[in-house]
Amino acid sequence: MSFQPIFEAQPWDDVKASIYAKTAADVERALAAPHRTLEDFKALISPAAAPYLEQMAQLSHQLTRKRFGNTVQLYAPLYLSNECQNICTYCGFSLDNKIARRTLSSVEMLQEAAVLKDWGYDHVLLVTGEANVTVGVDYLEKALRTLRPHFAHLSMEVQPLDQADYERLIPEGLNTVLVYQETYHRDDYKKHHPKGKKSNFNYRLDTPDRLGRAGIHKMGLGVLIGLEDWRTDCFYTALHLDYLEKTYWQTKYSLSFPRLRPAEGLLQPKVEMNDRELVQLICAYRLLNEEVELSISTRENPVFRDHVVKLGITSISAGSKTNPGGYAVAPESLEQFEISDERSPQEIAAMLRRQGYEPVWKDWDATLVGLAR
Amino acid sequence: MLNKNLVIADRTFSSRLFTGTGKFSSSVLMEEALLASGSELVTVALKRVDVADAEDDILRHLAHPQFNLLPNTSGVRTAKEAVFAAQLAREALETNWLKLEIHPDPKYLLPDPIETLKAAEELVKLGFVVLPYIHADPVLCKRLEEVGVAAVMPLGSPIGSNKGLLTREFLEIIIGQSKVPVVVDAGIGAPSHAAAALEMGADAVLVNTAIAVAGNPVAMATAFRMAVEAGRMAYEARLAAPVAHAKAVASSPLTAFLDM
Repeated sequence: MSFQPIFEAQPWDDVKASIYAKTAADVERALAAPHRTLEDFKALISPAAAPYLEQMAQLSHQLTRKRFGNTVQLYAPLYLSNECQNICTYCGFSLDNKIARRTLSSVEMLQEAAVLKDWGYDHVLLVTGEANVTVGVDYLEKALRTLRPHFAHLSMEVQPLDQADYERLIPEGLNTVLVYQETYHRDDYKKHHPKGKKSNFNYRLDTPDRLGRAGIHKMGLGVLIGLEDWRTDCFYTALHLDYLEKTYWQTKYSLSFPRLRPAEGLLQPKVEMNDRELVQLICAYRLLNEEVELSISTRENPVFRDHVVKLGITSISAGSKTNPGGYAVAPESLEQFEISDERSPQEIAAMLRRQGYEPVWKDWDATLVGLAR
Repeated sequence: MLNKNLVIADRTFSSRLFTGTGKFSSSVLMEEALLASGSELVTVALKRVDVADAEDDILRHLAHPQFNLLPNTSGVRTAKEAVFAAQLAREALETNWLKLEIHPDPKYLLPDPIETLKAAEELVKLGFVVLPYIHADPVLCKRLEEVGVAAVMPLGSPIGSNKGLLTREFLEIIIGQSKVPVVVDAGIGAPSHAAAALEMGADAVLVNTAIAVAGNPVAMATAFRMAVEAGRMAYEARLAAPVAHAKAVASSPLTAFLDM
């Protein structure tokens, strides 16, 4: 069993047409529904929902507070490597980009970790490009073993792996894996990923299934907004989530909605999503699913981040560096993408407190999965 | 005497309001609200505290003699994981009390009855005072009682839902036949729900979201304290039976033949 047949049964153009055909009456029905369906979600992300944004925001705020309380989770990315054999038209680490490549040693990982620990972080997201020889499963296993004693919760955003690889890494303390489809538009996907293992659309599409079968605790989904029509792409994200929740019911899910940012010598977004539209998407995700975690990174600017905290966001990064060694080892090296919010974790924590939220640094413990402290 | 004390295992409680520590907007506010609640048993998620840190923000604000800590295993998915985590909690927090929570379903956080029974049996043998969080299942409650749990904690409605006592029929059966204290946990959204649970004969309630997410958590904690006291007092004072509003004189009396 996999998501593919469900995905294939909903052709892109049909989905897109049906979203754009939604009316004010559909939106009102969706807003009033006690349990919202994927059709309701289409209405909520459609242009017809634009006049209902404030109502959506109020509902999203209430639902999020009921489920998550007055708390927001803090996390930081830890870039381990920028080596990459893929060509991705939008990414600073793309193979054809002439940048200095670096993969952190264990000693360097610990130097980086020390900075994050000092800032108070206990949840860390490990990030790499895709270089299967130097940054393969052996390397990832070494990274988890090196860093696990220092953090309560380790996530990973790396190349998609086989089920057996995930099964090997989970007992090493891997709690969460983020794997973004980038776009669900098959032809466009091919265009943006012309070379490397990543150009295999189906392998990427099946990754959440492999993670689910491996028994991962949490996985994160999303698309890179700007490659294709965001409404259609986000509908497929919701469809994927719906399938995964029913199939791998013991796994927790989170969603992200990164907007394409300028990176070294790369393409401009094909589709622009403005702030209003991103708020609409965040609220629509929450109205569809009360339990899913919604995460926002430092790609977004301070004013926007400060305001969306109240609209459904449950986790936020701060002080991020998107270059390997960026915290301590090589702070001057080139970033994967440009950061829009340069504030320190302490400034973000203070911002959250001012808005009546408790910044949560620790919300997991390795002992809960039988690992020694 | 009204408002008799509650005894669980070897400990006596004058408050029948147990509380949780999640979802508050700050640890300071949590502390104030819990103090106002009068609660003497406070559950803490292991995943939220750093037991190795003497200055842990949550634990620091719970350092009051009246607060007995009840560590919970929220996050585990199996009996095996629960037993492992419980042993670390006991060592780190220096209490053998445990709120056993095994909810492998992260969406609705509904408890797994099979794993919970397995873990409870083993933890009792290991010397824990076990308070399991479970569905309002009367048979499961008896099975848990047989393996030696100190109390049972059936849910009123899905956790965090604030929907009140949707499982009322089953709670009544559980309360009617339980030999260990019954603590209604999860779903209590208003002081009136808490009062209703105590009026029914529940020995205590556990409340978290309704206090933490209230507009004024300290005032809401006080309201819950009063509601729980009122509900218990009403239970001990024995409620008058509800009057059945049958017509005093039916148009076709069934007993008229006796007068013939």
